[in-house]
Amino acid sequence: MNPMPLWKRVLILLVCAWGIIAAVPNLNYTNVEKHNDAATAIDAAGGTATAEQSADLALWPNFLPSNLVNLGLDLRGGAHLLAEVRVEDVYKARMDALWPEVRDALRDLRDQVGNVRRQPSPEGTLRVAISNPAGLTAALDAINDLATPVVSLTGVGQNDLAVSVEGEEIVIQLSDAEKTATDNRTIQQSLEIIRRRVDEVGTREPTIQRQGEDRVLIQVPGIGSAAELKALIGTTAKLTFNPVVGRTTDAGANPGARNQLLPAMGEPGVYYIIEETPVVTGEELTDAQPAFDQNNRPAVNFRFNPSGARKFGDYTAANIGAPFAIVLDDEVISAPVIQSHIPGGSGIITGSFSVEESTQLAVLLRAGALPAEMNFLEERTIGPELGQDSIDAGKIAAIISMCAVVFFMWASYGLFGFFANIALAINMALIFGALSTVGGTLTLPGIAGIVLTIGMAVDANVLVFERIREELRSARSAGRAIELGYEKAKSAIVDANITTFITAVVLFAVGTGPVRGFAITLGIGIITSVFTALFVTRIFVELWFNRARPKTITV
Amino acid sequence: MAWRLRLVPETTNIDFFRWQWLTFGGSMFLSVVAIIAWVFMGLNFGIDFKGGTTIRTESTQAVDVGGYRAALEGLPLGDVVITEVFDPTFGDDQNVAMVRISAQEGSEAITPETITAVEAALKAHDPALTIASVESVGPKVSGELIWAAVLSMVAATGCILIYIWLRFEWQYSVGAVAALVHDVFITIGIFAVFQIKFDLTVIAALLTILGYSINDTVVVFDRLRENLMKYKTMPLRDVMNLTVNETLSRTLMTSGTTLIALIAMLVFGGDVIRGFVFAITVGIVLGTYSSVYVAKNMVLMIGLDRSEKKKSGTPDEFANIDA
Repeated sequence: MNPMPLWKRVLILLVCAWGIIAAVPNLNYTNVEKHNDAATAIDAAGGTATAEQSADLALWPNFLPSNLVNLGLDLRGGAHLLAEVRVEDVYKARMDALWPEVRDALRDLRDQVGNVRRQPSPEGTLRVAISNPAGLTAALDAINDLATPVVSLTGVGQNDLAVSVEGEEIVIQLSDAEKTATDNRTIQQSLEIIRRRVDEVGTREPTIQRQGEDRVLIQVPGIGSAAELKALIGTTAKLTFNPVVGRTTDAGANPGARNQLLPAMGEPGVYYIIEETPVVTGEELTDAQPAFDQNNRPAVNFRFNPSGARKFGDYTAANIGAPFAIVLDDEVISAPVIQSHIPGGSGIITGSFSVEESTQLAVLLRAGALPAEMNFLEERTIGPELGQDSIDAGKIAAIISMCAVVFFMWASYGLFGFFANIALAINMALIFGALSTVGGTLTLPGIAGIVLTIGMAVDANVLVFERIREELRSARSAGRAIELGYEKAKSAIVDANITTFITAVVLFAVGTGPVRGFAITLGIGIITSVFTALFVTRIFVELWFNRARPKTITV
Repeated sequence: MAWRLRLVPETTNIDFFRWQWLTFGGSMFLSVVAIIAWVFMGLNFGIDFKGGTTIRTESTQAVDVGGYRAALEGLPLGDVVITEVFDPTFGDDQNVAMVRISAQEGSEAITPETITAVEAALKAHDPALTIASVESVGPKVSGELIWAAVLSMVAATGCILIYIWLRFEWQYSVGAVAALVHDVFITIGIFAVFQIKFDLTVIAALLTILGYSINDTVVVFDRLRENLMKYKTMPLRDVMNLTVNETLSRTLMTSGTTLIALIAMLVFGGDVIRGFVFAITVGIVLGTYSSVYVAKNMVLMIGLDRSEKKKSGTPDEFANIDA
């Protein structure tokens, strides 16, 4: 029989070698995990390692790959929450804040519009009645002047307020474009706050992501319970504006009476000495938005409520040229210098920001407390013992099924079965290698998916071997029979596996959590088992056949 | 000649249509029974689809269902179902129970206060008790999950139908989908009759059955297509019989290895995943059966157009439009 071209053989063997090397770290899971944690910690500390970290780092050599299969919550234990953010809360707050502005604007037009009253209205809308209907147009103009263009990609050219007239009353609400933009901001802000809260407890690899329009999925491995997680998220961030006394790089510096020494965020080794009593606190901040200053550099706009505005105005008037610190959870976010007296309660923070940084800072500034309340729609807590039990059970099942299948194949196809068994082992390595490399998550149904793959992986081999048997019966030469076997079995193998792959794709698309984990292992398993059956087993068969040159073969 | 394990003799000549009224008819009958069971007995939906909370407890003390119920009596929980879980993988001092609480008012999952209260009540009854897991799904999400599950089944079946249609002919598509529907419905029927918990993972299992069953059917169809070219004059029924006989050894080998793996998982894989593995196991037995006894019978009933067809893609195909 004609062997495959050399490049093809080299390529196949390289893929196998890659799979085995990429899968190896998973055999030594705990040590590699320690190694990775130590490496991240050392990186974060700027290259300095403690003795313990160095010891952990030495547990696994640096030149080997260290990507691991992520264990899903159902295997590792932890908490899962699906929360719905009540974005409407924000509409209501916006409208309530808008009412004084509308009132003031219309008061200036009193001779045209008469008296102005707020009418009862559903949350998120503002109904205003004026006593002189003749001034309706003037009133609408005045209200429309309060509107500002929406800042978002899709909402270009639209204003943030939708003003309409119903009977004698003016109805004001957020425009659809602004609602979308606001929803996005609200969710983003919620995600940011949740991330900060969760990061504070320092657990490994939390998943915090947006799901659909207004939902947030939070998965935290290793946390005791979902209730604990809820409590953690509910805690509000503490934001203050404090006068700066000095700046130092000495972590042990004595700040002096009624002062505090706080680290600077994003600048390792830098500390600020600030006065303990804040000028204003975040509770008095009403809004913060990314913006640009007069020189077109990224900056952040912020606004205080009236009492905060007064305090802030007085302080800035008296301290032009002095720095003041923006402190979040005992960390100095930035310490800008006051350029001028800031009356009116709104100001701009400039600094050497990139656009991303200014956006981030705006989010953090707003992130004092969650912008809207959350409803928890789904929650799951899995204890660590249960997860470990599942891993152990899955391991036992996988080993037993592997042994049984290996014996079955060997008994049925002899030497060819032995080749298929080696391919099965390589197949397992490839699955784990691929899962580690793409950062896939192994869940309990995922383990079942792997066990199922063990059973089904030999299918392609069985198809080929049965076909070779048939070709041998029609009295062909051994070499030709093997070639024809592979050739003719190919269409059945490909069609059968593509249909199974379709279901894996559908599972991945509609499934969530554990089901998605199953879809990933099933999908990867299909690809690797076709690969091993059509190419890897074939290489073994060819090598053996071309070396031994048997006259007759028995499959 | 070396010894080989043989599941079937080298050549078989079984008439798979002989007991057609029993095999195919029986399958159709069972599908109908399954649907009736499904409609009238209903499925034992897990919290994924119904909403509510399940709490898994573990203790070194024996599970005392009555005592647990008495301990929870005073709490405002609505329906409470307590069951003891038995599993061969549990150790001697591992006693597991599931406490299931019906969905509470509103769209939210259970409140932390309720869970704390339940935990405290159970611990007061049995100090050695620990909570291994708590899962709670609000009614809003559970409604969406049902919808997503139905959608995924329909989407997967539709995609398979189209793929088979493109690769083979439409008659094959109908046969394949009939076999799929047969497998899935009977599996659902079994879940209804035995009132086994039906949750999101069972849906994943059903989708896997779709994938496996179609895999089996396609292998038979692929050979059928090949044989139809080879034996142009042989009656369709005989070609089909030949095809199934030729592929029988492979069909049983593959199902055999897969079943070995699944049975290992069923016995040693632990109780958390048992419903999932059980569904797949049932589905694979059915899938093997249906590719032999259902899919091709459908094709035979519809009939195939065996007239010499011109290869597609040649200009001739469009030549006689007005003929």
